[in-house]
Amino acid sequence: MSAGTVKVVTRVNGIEYEREVEPRLLLSDFLRGHLDLTGTRVGCEHGVCGACTVQVDGLPVRSCLMFAVQVNARDVSTVESLAAPDGTLHPLQQAFRDRHALQCGYCTAGILMTMSAFLADNPTPDEAAVREALSGNLCRCTGYQHIVDAVLDVAGSPQRERPE
Amino acid sequence: MSDETLSRSGDSWLGASVTRNEDPQLLTGRALFVGDIKAADMRHAAFLRSPHAHALIERIDTSRATARPGVVAVYTAEDLGDLMRPMPMVVPPAPVEGLVFNQRTHTPLAGEKVRYVGEPVAMVVAESRYIAEDALADIEVEWAPLPVAGDLEFSAAPDAPQVHDGLAGNVAAIARQSKGDYAAARASAHTVVRRRFLYEHGMAQPMETRAIAARFDRRTDQMTVWASTQAPTSLRGGLAAVLGMGESDLRVIAPFVGGGFGVKVLMYYPEEVLIPWAARRLAGAVKWIEDRGEHFLATTQERGQIHDAEIALDADGRILGVKDDFLHDNGAYNPYGLTVPINSQCSLFGPYDVPAFDSTFTAVYTNMPIASPFRGAGRQHGVFVIERLIDIAARETGIDRVEMRRRNLLQPGDFPVNHKVIFQDFTELTYDSGDYPAVLARAAEKIGYRRFIEDEQPALRAAGRCVGIGIVNYVEGTGIGPYEGARVQVLANGRVSLATGAGTQGQGHFTSFAQLVADQLGISPREVDVTTGDTDRFQWGAGTFASRGAVVAGNAVHAAAVAVRGKALALAAAEFDCEPADVLLEDGVARHRGSNRLIPLGELAQRANPMRGAVRPGAEPGLESTQYFGPEMGTTASGAHAMIVEVDPETLMITIRDYVVVHDCGTAINPLIVAGQIHGGVAQGIGNAFFEKIVFDSHGQLLSGSLADYLLPTSLDIPRMTLDHTVTPSTLNELGIKGVGEAGAIPVAPLFAQALEDALQLPARGVDILEIPLSPNRLWELATGQA
Repeated sequence: MSAGTVKVVTRVNGIEYEREVEPRLLLSDFLRGHLDLTGTRVGCEHGVCGACTVQVDGLPVRSCLMFAVQVNARDVSTVESLAAPDGTLHPLQQAFRDRHALQCGYCTAGILMTMSAFLADNPTPDEAAVREALSGNLCRCTGYQHIVDAVLDVAGSPQRERPE
Repeated sequence: MSDETLSRSGDSWLGASVTRNEDPQLLTGRALFVGDIKAADMRHAAFLRSPHAHALIERIDTSRATARPGVVAVYTAEDLGDLMRPMPMVVPPAPVEGLVFNQRTHTPLAGEKVRYVGEPVAMVVAESRYIAEDALADIEVEWAPLPVAGDLEFSAAPDAPQVHDGLAGNVAAIARQSKGDYAAARASAHTVVRRRFLYEHGMAQPMETRAIAARFDRRTDQMTVWASTQAPTSLRGGLAAVLGMGESDLRVIAPFVGGGFGVKVLMYYPEEVLIPWAARRLAGAVKWIEDRGEHFLATTQERGQIHDAEIALDADGRILGVKDDFLHDNGAYNPYGLTVPINSQCSLFGPYDVPAFDSTFTAVYTNMPIASPFRGAGRQHGVFVIERLIDIAARETGIDRVEMRRRNLLQPGDFPVNHKVIFQDFTELTYDSGDYPAVLARAAEKIGYRRFIEDEQPALRAAGRCVGIGIVNYVEGTGIGPYEGARVQVLANGRVSLATGAGTQGQGHFTSFAQLVADQLGISPREVDVTTGDTDRFQWGAGTFASRGAVVAGNAVHAAAVAVRGKALALAAAEFDCEPADVLLEDGVARHRGSNRLIPLGELAQRANPMRGAVRPGAEPGLESTQYFGPEMGTTASGAHAMIVEVDPETLMITIRDYVVVHDCGTAINPLIVAGQIHGGVAQGIGNAFFEKIVFDSHGQLLSGSLADYLLPTSLDIPRMTLDHTVTPSTLNELGIKGVGEAGAIPVAPLFAQALEDALQLPARGVDILEIPLSPNRLWELATGQA
């Protein structure tokens, strides 16, 4: 261990990693830069936009507000863990595609990691509950309607009519 | 690849709601954004920015920063050589007769003076972003603060502090446009309504901030730049010129871009010039990702205008004329010219018959960040003024506000309508087609206007609820030139490649353009590989902005696909020894009618590039074509928005009960994508109307400098919308397409003003809503007379 660095041992998407990092290294930068998992996006670095959301021990967290050292001995899941190894999309991802729930795609990973955890705890939410759960993730492109539709599709709620 | 079945719209892909080609990459995190560009030798940049809105730089000492371990270089203005000069104008001034225009563009780094908080003063290049940002604190600067021209009206005064020496009143431009005789109209009017309006539009705040990476290879003297830009082809041409390079030595790639909304267009942003410059200077690779906090100051924004406007009407409520004199906050420099205030001026007509018009704007330099287009690009301001004037006039004359609008609409038989004023594309503002009465009637019907006004609202009011309704119209000039281009090529494996210079920031170009190609070549949109925004693949074009992608690039794509279709039919006919009319292109093959002989498209492409024999003079090898489309002028989309809103009388928080959009964008390539554009535009309009307020103090200091202060709307703030549409095809392009990218954002503010005034019954208290943005606090002040 060189001066000023700390050892981190963490399991990310089921794979164990051991790295030397500066204590001040953000979890978002650790995932994107050190582990080459660039699917997690960085939007604000002050915890508001939610683009950087990953799951730590199953709970959605802002990776921009955590240090890499804080996931020592913990489990991290990023958007790269959702699709199957052969590329088959996770049902939530497929619903996003079917409903045009993404445009530029920059907020999408954070929303997928927030919503997959939400649906695990709340399998049959209504629209109000979905909007509440989604309210910590900003999207500047979609206006949220198609995202809500996609989540409700996966939750098995009645099909919404497509506008027009 | 999934085994999904895509469905067409009848026989064609045009008009089909095809799910997007680009989604699997974006959904799985594989998509490449500039921030993902990596290399072992990549260096990272950070910028020292002025904390003062107006100050002289007396001394900069970078020695401690340079000495910090891990710092590669620190640059200030004196290191830039001949790059230290005013950057070119991106958009020259519109040819308005009698225009006063005082061009002042920025230098890549500030020299002796800074003119806005955030103006870059020094650039640090280091081995990591963390070290680069550490080094910023090592740089010592001695400042001599100067008086600040902050507030817009204050800055316009003749004795205000001068942002640029010698420009009294900080005049960036004065432009007067008129038609008819407004003075005569006013003199003969039955009613004249005059008000002062304050309209502020906000910041684009795309989820991905700006970003640029550059690599210079000293062995080949060639540069590659990855930029989060809406205009990769323009950026390449501009950068080459500024850096003294030939374009063929410079490749600009816009990979996936996380939203643009106007502010990622070529500005000659300092960082976009300096990162490539540094890469060349260091003969290596340098990268910069904008902090969100930086974005609030370093990226352009729209801001405010102050309008003194009046409308003159006859006894039947018919508009005789409109006059509007306004101030426009330009910011400290004006590289983007007059696009925003010209659009504001031209939006005063709306869908109405306005016989006389007189409008003068003064664009004013202020010690604030540069103002340049943000989705709507100044149209919001003009639409607010005309829609509010009509609402107030309706009230004063006792004419219902929907009826007054109806009486003044241009009729379907009136087109084309030339308003005789200069638009942002330098042509006379001309509306090509539309059916404004149908749009307004449908919006009123879908929101249930009559029923609400006559039955629901009175009943709810009697129960103590504050509910209101609004309906507004807009017209949007879209699809302006100069041109875009596209190259279509059938590949040996039967897939088809499409390359265009227009970039993409989420509009679905990888899909909608593929649909146009698929229609011509008898394949599925899934078989078209689209490249946007790589100047090595396609080097000509202007960019994606101003609601022009589908119109201009789309028609170029169509033309190229039609040309390739012609070549494929001709070649297949020669192979089958028949007429081209006897050949079908379907399911990826060329098929001879009757005999059913077939040649797969890929094989046909191979036969088009023979190894022996002769290619006739004038013929071209391959099944490939490059075509361009340059519209003679913009094509006019239109629509109406309607809303029912409830206001909590104690908290002044709002709940949108119903939101209707009726829009007309002519031919829609992909209705699902169009719906997404409308939803997103309305969301930004709602943000502008009620949530997003840029707050600078009188010293030019930004007070709303984080997302906790500048509120972007969430899923709890944006309602479910009902969309409907009419179709009046554009007369200016073969496919009849009109743009739709900005439409949703344009009329939301006057809609809010109208509906909230109604909900709180403000006119009865003698209060008009004359400003945007609003908020619960502001509504309380207006409603209780504290304003």
